[in-house]
Amino acid sequence: METLKKSLGLRAALLSFLIFAAIVGLWQIAAQPPAASGPAVDPEYAKLVGAAAATGAKSAMPTPADIGATIWKHMLDPFYVKGTNDKGIGIQLAYSLGRVLLGFGLAALFAVPLGFLIGMSPLVYRALDPFIQILKPVSPLAWMPLALYTIKDSAISSIFVIFICSVWPMLINTAFGVASVRREWLNVARTLEVGPFRTAFKVILPAAAPTIMTGMRISIGIAWLVIVAAEMLVGGTGIGYFVWNEWNNLSIANIVTAILLIGVVGLLLDQGLARLTKLVTYPE
Amino acid sequence: MDRPLQRPLISVEGLARRFGDSNQPAVFENIWFGIDRGEFVCLIGHSGCGKTTILNVLAGLDQPSDGAVIVDNREIDGPSLDRAVIFQGHALLPWLSVMGNIAFAVSSRWPSWDRSKVADHARKFIELVGLKGAEAKKPSQLSGGMKQRVGIARALSIQPKMLLMDEPFSALDALTRGMLQDEVLRICADTNQTVFMITHDVDEAILLADKIVLMTNGPGAKIAEIVVNTMPRNERHRNDLHRHPQYYAIRNHLVEFLVNRSKAFDQEIADGSYDPRRLKLVKPGLAAVNPPAEVVPLRQTH
Repeated sequence: METLKKSLGLRAALLSFLIFAAIVGLWQIAAQPPAASGPAVDPEYAKLVGAAAATGAKSAMPTPADIGATIWKHMLDPFYVKGTNDKGIGIQLAYSLGRVLLGFGLAALFAVPLGFLIGMSPLVYRALDPFIQILKPVSPLAWMPLALYTIKDSAISSIFVIFICSVWPMLINTAFGVASVRREWLNVARTLEVGPFRTAFKVILPAAAPTIMTGMRISIGIAWLVIVAAEMLVGGTGIGYFVWNEWNNLSIANIVTAILLIGVVGLLLDQGLARLTKLVTYPE
Repeated sequence: MDRPLQRPLISVEGLARRFGDSNQPAVFENIWFGIDRGEFVCLIGHSGCGKTTILNVLAGLDQPSDGAVIVDNREIDGPSLDRAVIFQGHALLPWLSVMGNIAFAVSSRWPSWDRSKVADHARKFIELVGLKGAEAKKPSQLSGGMKQRVGIARALSIQPKMLLMDEPFSALDALTRGMLQDEVLRICADTNQTVFMITHDVDEAILLADKIVLMTNGPGAKIAEIVVNTMPRNERHRNDLHRHPQYYAIRNHLVEFLVNRSKAFDQEIADGSYDPRRLKLVKPGLAAVNPPAEVVPLRQTH
């Protein structure tokens, strides 16, 4: 069984590599510059769009080799600052990460206690349910104009958008986890005359912790999705802004680099919370 | 039996429980019985007659629709550390170790104790139930019998005035059940613990109980009578219980009740002799050793 599993893992890795190689190979072929040089270009236009596009020698679509070179260049110097619109990709990622963690952290501070209350009180649950049901499906970006108008600060507005999109999964999961704590565990606390606060922290919180952590994992995933779009809207700094800026520069290689890095950071965030979830999970 | 002016340690007085509105028939009603200090009382009856509800009322986890439970001359109005519960499904907190589970109870009982005092106290009770060495294990790493031992240790560790047990051994295999019964017998003898236990195992009741309360079938369940276990505690041993001269008389009486009388009890008391406040105390075991003239002697020849 063990050897079979191992060989399965090995075969899967091999298949992954083959798929990767096929994509890269096809891409490389597709992005080759056309053999014949294109029609003559108006010099005015050539000035406007840049030499490479103007000569027609090279398409704007980079080859995988170009991407590799771009990634390498970014890795060598991720934290440079050469002006407001030219900062290292590491700095841009750090801005985004900072906003996500701040918005997510504030959302956790708000959603977990409120979820506790909703989970413990059927009255509060019923009273708040309509609000949650209506607000939960709203795209967090729809809040952006309202946030910009009221907060009047684009950086804080994007944090607010992260807050609002992280709140719902944590709120709902916390409420559900708290409401479904086993009756007999609560009865143990009651027969031991444990006070409400000690019951909340020593019985309900550990019992609901795996469900709460699952909500957090969903939240941070959504927050990382939303930050890119939010930063494209508000501009200034962040990986989303970087992507939009490079689109304006028509630097596809930089955009692809950013896409890959966004994916890697998202993976790390998810895995980090998966680890934490494992720590608080208990077998019954 | 005259109800004494001085109440027993626990006095169940006129208890009734209905679910839903008051037009619904009661699950049980007019339940009166008492438990003296140091006494081991078993409640026997079929499923659905409200045994667990009575225990939950005694524990303070459920409110009666009618009547009251008086403990130490005070009506109970909620759970108390004086009445420890051993739950049917052990109810251990799965994220805590054996030590953690018991320490949680100990520090609830004595909040001012420091960590090491709590641990020392908990360790004593872990040893008492024979779990020395398993302190750091999580409940998921324990067998069913060991989990129930932890449940017993947790209940005993808070040194309650009484123990309430809801079919504590019903989920265990016969061998483990027997071992735990012996242990409960030993611990109760050592600590002179007052115990109220629900069971539907007749042999378990005879082995453990000083009095066996017989409950009829619901709805409208009532207590038919109280069987006094006339076999002295020091003569009750699991291995040769069946050789005791009184054993079969008591056992037959209980089985007869569960099989026939528990459902036909209302016809039995049609003559109006039944008074729920003055229950008959029957001693079928004595009939076996001192048979009245009209009873055929029932002797075991082993």
